[in-house]
Amino acid sequence: MNRYGLKEKIELRINHATHHIEVDVRDTLLDALRDQLGLTGTKRGCDMGECGACTVLMDGKPINSCMLLAVDVMGRNIMTIEGLAQDELHPIQQAFVENGAVQCGFCTPGMILTAKAFLDHCSNPTDDDVRQAISGNLCRCTGYRKIVEAILDAASRLRRGKRHV
Amino acid sequence: MSSWPSAQEAKVLGKRVTRLSGVDKVTGRAKYTYDIRLPGLLYGKILRCPYASAKILSVDTSKAEALPGVRAVVVVDENKTCRFVGDEVAAVAATSTDIAEDAIRLIEVEYDIGNYVVDEQTSMKPGAPKVHEDRENVRPGGVNEQGSIDDAFAEAAVTLEATYSTQVQTHMCLETHGHVVEWDGESMTVWASTQAVFGVRGSLADHFELPADQVRVITEHMGGGFGSKFGPGVEGVLAARLAKEAEAPVKLMLDRKEEFLAVGNRPSAIAEIRAAASKDGRLLAMDMKTYGTGGASGGAGFPLPYVYTVNNRRRQHSDVFINAGNARAMRAPGHPQASFIMESMMDELAYELGMDPLEFRRRNDPNEVRQGQYTVGAREIGWHRRNRNPREMKGTLRRGIGMGCGLWGGGGGKGTQARCTIHSDGTVEVVTGTQDLGTGIRTAIAIVAAEGLGLAPEQIHVRIGDSQPGLPSGGSGGSTTTASVTPVIKTAVDKARVQLLQWVAEEMEVEATALTVGDGKIFLADDLSRNLSWKEATSLLGTDMIVTEGEWDSNLRQSGVAGVQFAEVEVDLQTGQIQPIRIVAVQDCGLVVNRLTAESQVYSGVIQGLSWALLEDRIMDPSTGLMINPDMEYYKVTGSLDMPDIQVIMYDTHRKVTGLGEPPVIPTAGAIANAVFNATGLRFRSIPITPDKVLTAYKEANA
Repeated sequence: MNRYGLKEKIELRINHATHHIEVDVRDTLLDALRDQLGLTGTKRGCDMGECGACTVLMDGKPINSCMLLAVDVMGRNIMTIEGLAQDELHPIQQAFVENGAVQCGFCTPGMILTAKAFLDHCSNPTDDDVRQAISGNLCRCTGYRKIVEAILDAASRLRRGKRHV
Repeated sequence: MSSWPSAQEAKVLGKRVTRLSGVDKVTGRAKYTYDIRLPGLLYGKILRCPYASAKILSVDTSKAEALPGVRAVVVVDENKTCRFVGDEVAAVAATSTDIAEDAIRLIEVEYDIGNYVVDEQTSMKPGAPKVHEDRENVRPGGVNEQGSIDDAFAEAAVTLEATYSTQVQTHMCLETHGHVVEWDGESMTVWASTQAVFGVRGSLADHFELPADQVRVITEHMGGGFGSKFGPGVEGVLAARLAKEAEAPVKLMLDRKEEFLAVGNRPSAIAEIRAAASKDGRLLAMDMKTYGTGGASGGAGFPLPYVYTVNNRRRQHSDVFINAGNARAMRAPGHPQASFIMESMMDELAYELGMDPLEFRRRNDPNEVRQGQYTVGAREIGWHRRNRNPREMKGTLRRGIGMGCGLWGGGGGKGTQARCTIHSDGTVEVVTGTQDLGTGIRTAIAIVAAEGLGLAPEQIHVRIGDSQPGLPSGGSGGSTTTASVTPVIKTAVDKARVQLLQWVAEEMEVEATALTVGDGKIFLADDLSRNLSWKEATSLLGTDMIVTEGEWDSNLRQSGVAGVQFAEVEVDLQTGQIQPIRIVAVQDCGLVVNRLTAESQVYSGVIQGLSWALLEDRIMDPSTGLMINPDMEYYKVTGSLDMPDIQVIMYDTHRKVTGLGEPPVIPTAGAIANAVFNATGLRFRSIPITPDKVLTAYKEANA
């Protein structure tokens, strides 16, 4: 056996479900999500923590899933893009569609989860706040403008939603 | 000959329509090539040459083949000469990416390492290492000459001698290049991240000597191309060879570093220019020696003079070979380079003449659309606020305004087949072999079909990105997709509507010509109360269905897209940082099919032009031949914080479809460089204008 190919059985909590899988100890969380669990909504853009396309939420915080080993995230709550929409689209997803914030769509899941973590803590952001929040997520298509508009729109949808509760 | 509905008549055409694939993309359901998973899937990896110039003497794959989990190893060519770091040598398919990477390291290659050259200047010197044994490093073109340069210079009020240059830019698509290939006997199915489904089909069929219909290419969604994804490339052929050899499906996606090294870039451009202008502001003459590099093989042509009238001119262009990755088409090939060079030169001449740079352009620009755009753009940016004496500006934070222009074709052409089917249950299916590289053609097709049938876009089932239906369409390049595809969709849909109205006319016992469609109904134009719902109408078909094929109609589209951009920047002379404050993009666009996605193209072009003007640069190390920034950290691109306020003005001058993907990237760099001059009095003739260049120039100016 190849000395690098060590396997380990791990338990992952993803989108409120528990998965028991066997991974190569070198596998990142991104590898496990995409190749083992088929959660391909999390994108692989650079595999070096530079583009943000692989962003998922770990205990509510955005992280680059390409930069964490799968064996190191046991016991943590992971949310991927597949776990965001419940019966209907999340307001952030809705705002992305309606504002035309999606072009090729490859950066979109990472952008949306970054926005989710941000809006969880900041309900009334400014344009600059949003730009700061998504500065770790690269987009090569849209020119960012409509993404920022979508996140501002989502913030206002979420505020309205809260008032109704 | 048909025509598009007027703005008053149009129900969905030209409105803001959210994209059909939007929900799939925001939920992660959209499947890209990278996301394809098949039973027994193997993972491919390419061994790339670590030297800038090396002849392969031998390749020993035995250790790699013996590694557990390895299913196939193929060599590109045992006798290959590699001409850049990253040139393909061999490839492996294994049960995991990790094992494939381990196997790559076990391949033993004996190289005869040669000398190399990775910059244009060194490559052009006598005695420089030759990139190709059988060719010189410089491939000179002929001399193009018109008018009399000498006479023009004799009557000139001002002359200018300057060298301008633009750097190599890489595409940096978010989804890397790659394919998933599965063979079934002598047929293959290929999932490709491509902007040319039928291009990939043709190339792979040729390579494997198969009838084209034995190659099926699927591209449901793809993560950006910008011109770099027109064919399978070496990587696609290797994926197919591995899959054949392993007798199992293979996924071979490039990693980010490979993406920077080996799958295309925008060539550099250098122009040594002598120019002359008359006292009344006429551009009299340009004497040009130009060159550029597209790496080891690609050409580096660009248009010059650009946009403006120059009656006396002489130009010789040369392609220069270096040991670096080859160029591929990139968003408006040649034009951003030409625009930066020409617009910088125009600006310099205007200041030398003491003339308003906008007025100088007006006097030399034969394009009527741009003449109108100048007025709009100047008003929106506040052109009157520009500095009259840039060299006398004071303070460390300085603002200035500049402008630039562009021109593109984008008229599309023949070569798309499309089918429209109306089923008796009311379903409308529109099928063609184009692909959506992110620009939104899927939605544009739905809009055109919905308009013709009186339905809503989401009621149209659009099937694209698959060669299987056998309805070819061209590659998505040259900003030609919308202009090539939508006329064919329209004619197919119009025929289908006429046929459906015939069925309804018989049922309602009226003339078909008296009927019209709208709001999901078919009704008598003179008596709106007499109508059938769409479903009632289509149910008349029973077990029949309406199937029509579209045809090309050149009257529905137009070529020639003019654009003008104005930029306002702030330059910090303590840090050298240039902050774009505002960009006004006045973009000729013809008939807008979907306002939402059309605007997005302009934002996108501006940001990419800005990125090229200030940040992006493929940096080669002359001593090692390596690209030293093949990653997204050191190859700088614009992020959300770099984004200025961008005002998009859709300047529609006619109601025919035309292309919009590329034109907005053209004028930005020139506009920014000219704004930097207006702010600081410092002229940058070379991009990217990085802080070190600003600080050095400022220091020299004040020495």
